[in-house]
Amino acid sequence: MRTHTFIVNGERVHVKIESDVRLLWVLRDVLGINGPKYGCGINVCKACTSHINGKAFNPCSVRVGDIKGGDEITTIEGLPDTVGADLHPMQEAWLARDVAQCGYCQPGQIMAAVAKVRQAREEGHEISDADIDEIRNICRCGTYARIREAIKEGAKKM
Amino acid sequence: MEHRGSSEEPGSDNAPQDPGRNVGRRRFLGYLVAAPTLAVAAQLGESATTPRAANAVIPSPPEQQEIYDLNDLLTLAAKPTSNLIAVVINSDGTASFDMPRAESGQGITTMAAMLIAEELDLPLDKINVTLADARPELLFNQFTGASNTTIAMYEPIRTAAAIARERLLGAAAVRFGVTVDRLTVRAGVVYAPDGRATGYGELAVRAASQRTREVDVTLKDASEFSVIGTPRNRIDALDAVTGRKTFAMDRAVPDALPTMICRPPTIKGTPRAVANADDVRQMPGVTHVVQIATGIAVRAKTFGQCIDAVNALDVTWNPGTVDTESDDTVLAKLREAETDFSPLHTGEVVEGDFVFHFRNNAALEPNTAVADVRPDRAEIWAPLQAPILCKEQVAEQLGLPLDAVTVHVEQAGGAFGRRMFNDVVLEATEASRKMGRPVKLMWHRTDECRQGRTHPMCTSRIRASFSGNNVLTFEQLHTSVATDYTQGFGEIISAKVGTVPSMGMANEEGYAKPVFNATVNVPYHFGNVSHSLDEIYTYDTFPTGSVRNLVNPDVRTAQELIVDRLAARMGKDPYEFRREFIDDDRLRAVLDTVAKEGDWGREMAPKTAQAITVHKEYKGATACLVEIDCRDETVNREIRGAVTGPRVTRVVMAVDAGLAINPRGLEAQMQGGIMDGIAQALTSSLHLRDGVLLEGSWDDYFYTRHWNAPFETRVIVMPPTTGEPGGAGELGVPSAMAAVACAYARATGTVPTTFPINHDTLSFTPKPTVPPLPPSPTNGLQFAY
Repeated sequence: MRTHTFIVNGERVHVKIESDVRLLWVLRDVLGINGPKYGCGINVCKACTSHINGKAFNPCSVRVGDIKGGDEITTIEGLPDTVGADLHPMQEAWLARDVAQCGYCQPGQIMAAVAKVRQAREEGHEISDADIDEIRNICRCGTYARIREAIKEGAKKM
Repeated sequence: MEHRGSSEEPGSDNAPQDPGRNVGRRRFLGYLVAAPTLAVAAQLGESATTPRAANAVIPSPPEQQEIYDLNDLLTLAAKPTSNLIAVVINSDGTASFDMPRAESGQGITTMAAMLIAEELDLPLDKINVTLADARPELLFNQFTGASNTTIAMYEPIRTAAAIARERLLGAAAVRFGVTVDRLTVRAGVVYAPDGRATGYGELAVRAASQRTREVDVTLKDASEFSVIGTPRNRIDALDAVTGRKTFAMDRAVPDALPTMICRPPTIKGTPRAVANADDVRQMPGVTHVVQIATGIAVRAKTFGQCIDAVNALDVTWNPGTVDTESDDTVLAKLREAETDFSPLHTGEVVEGDFVFHFRNNAALEPNTAVADVRPDRAEIWAPLQAPILCKEQVAEQLGLPLDAVTVHVEQAGGAFGRRMFNDVVLEATEASRKMGRPVKLMWHRTDECRQGRTHPMCTSRIRASFSGNNVLTFEQLHTSVATDYTQGFGEIISAKVGTVPSMGMANEEGYAKPVFNATVNVPYHFGNVSHSLDEIYTYDTFPTGSVRNLVNPDVRTAQELIVDRLAARMGKDPYEFRREFIDDDRLRAVLDTVAKEGDWGREMAPKTAQAITVHKEYKGATACLVEIDCRDETVNREIRGAVTGPRVTRVVMAVDAGLAINPRGLEAQMQGGIMDGIAQALTSSLHLRDGVLLEGSWDDYFYTRHWNAPFETRVIVMPPTTGEPGGAGELGVPSAMAAVACAYARATGTVPTTFPINHDTLSFTPKPTVPPLPPSPTNGLQFAY
């Protein structure tokens, strides 16, 4: 067991735990950061989607020992701070379209959407239906239609 | 400002009634509750609606569903218990309502807040709706199911809020020394004619009652509504998008460490012995390993360490209940149980025979319960659709008096029928008792797939006959694996129809058939219409239950496929045919709406098609127009680790809920129903092989994904019709599933007979059953984007 240190939502954390514990459980069970949700534990439902150094990833499938000291983890709780506002434009878009139903998948959906918009722009285009088709996050309430609309709206203000 | 018939002091004794407003207006009974602040209660339960009249073509005699549907049973069941829900006014000017129902995304807390806001003239953001702990005195009235919440709550909540408003106005009148009719109210502030103002918060204590007594009140007329019927965002939306919304697994109960269960390799197997419990107790983070009824429970510092420990256990198992059963053996038993069609069918005959496979509730939040069991008491936190039953079951398991058990109802991350069953709570209770520690017990996703509840596999056969322009007969014979109704519906139905088989006994005759007859209808004038249900197995052979609706997604899909066949054989357009034979004006209106707004009949490319269907249930009506793309380039498109297949490209649905309290919430429910309909018609099922459900996670249980979702989904909420709200949660699924199936048939020229249509192709390698859980990958960073 060793002490792992990295940055979560702008704050440096130190966690003494076995290196092979997946980051999701370090965030949730040790640090009490509950925005990333468990839905499968094998990187297929994407409910735990968060950002590492600005890119979307799934902490259920990353060992805490593989996180480096300089890595910056951002969960939904830290997303607004990345734009210096109370809410990120994608969260605003989610509210405007009243996307959430049960809400369980929505932190992950929003984190995925933000990364997908950035990825599209890095590739030189605005987010399209084809890009949204690539998002793997499951919504069992079936809010996909509103997510599709909200991503396009949120992207305009990003 | 209008004022509604006030009852009594303070201040209201000399308040004149407004005769113009109250003539002929129903008065509703409620109770002022003796409390330090203003608390007003009302009874749950409301009157049934009158049956609809039939008309046109060859009239079919009213089916049972049309006269007395399941919601009538549920609401009437509420009558004799006459128990109360209460609205409380707080000194900070807010109102509180502790709702005896489960919120699982369907929007009932927002609905409740809107009703209170309407009658109380208080802004929505000043109303706090929480979920009530289990309240055994409510008897049947704390069961969330059958899309019944809004129907049952509409009048009681408004009644309580309206009485509260009257009391507050009365208190203000005393304070200002004026009569009530000279006061005005805006957003929770009462104004005297001279401009003096006082908020509800300042009046709350003054308006409190010293004793509990009955009062009556009139409610706002629909013409006065400013909140009801207007689209509102969910009251918990901000919490949801910021990650602050709390579910059971987020609940920080001291020392309630993560706990998971090592489960048997076949359905309902049981543990015999553990060979290496001591070794597993030495694993990192692990605190406890104990055997419970359903498996081996492991408690650890993190869920990740629970997963590792579960997989390290060496357990021998007793067989389950269906170890020799597979899809084909179950189907063979269903075929044996099928009954013969009646000899009534004359003229030209159209027939269909359809198979619907097992499917999973698959709420995204897996079963979770926190349990803190002490020698003399127990406390539970879990999302529950039947919390009273849960409390009774926990008390029985622990040998504790009912009042020593506290059951807190948590917000659910989806339910779809799954949270009617309290299995996770009983496991958590047993584990906590045996470990002597609080536990936070969570099912792994794989547990949900393989040991969770399933919608029962069934066949639905239809024979119909026609002559000239008339359909003469329409007979549907539905044969199904037994559905377990014992956890909620059972007791309600049996209490109402007078047959009282004990729980689990006579499930089929006592519960399943009454539920079938109370929910199934053929919404067309097809002459001699009949339908019946037969079941195989006993209620608990397979762990079954409803999955966002009971039988109607399957029943109606079979029907609508045959309706399209009838139309084709009779040389009619599917829309015009339905329009001609439909038996309900509200259905005809939604049908016409989707045909017009969805551009019915527009030219479609080869291997793409439209279809149009209807459904009525829960005192509502829907129509759904679907466009599907079955071209090779679409069907065969490749997405890593995904099932693609035909794509529904566009959906237009119209919904008449009688009165849509929150049209935005209703729209959301219909959209969700559409996504479920797409999944159930095309992709999502469980495969049974030798007592194992092969699906083990979201990568092989193919619920609708972004890449399956339509590019355009439009929901049209009809203006109020009946003026009474209907149910919404399950209403959208049947017409959507049916429309997808019909569109597929029209696009491909082949009527599908097995659902979902991809079931016969196993498109994945099943995960092992021993060890029971798939280990978490370690390569997540490779997929970062």
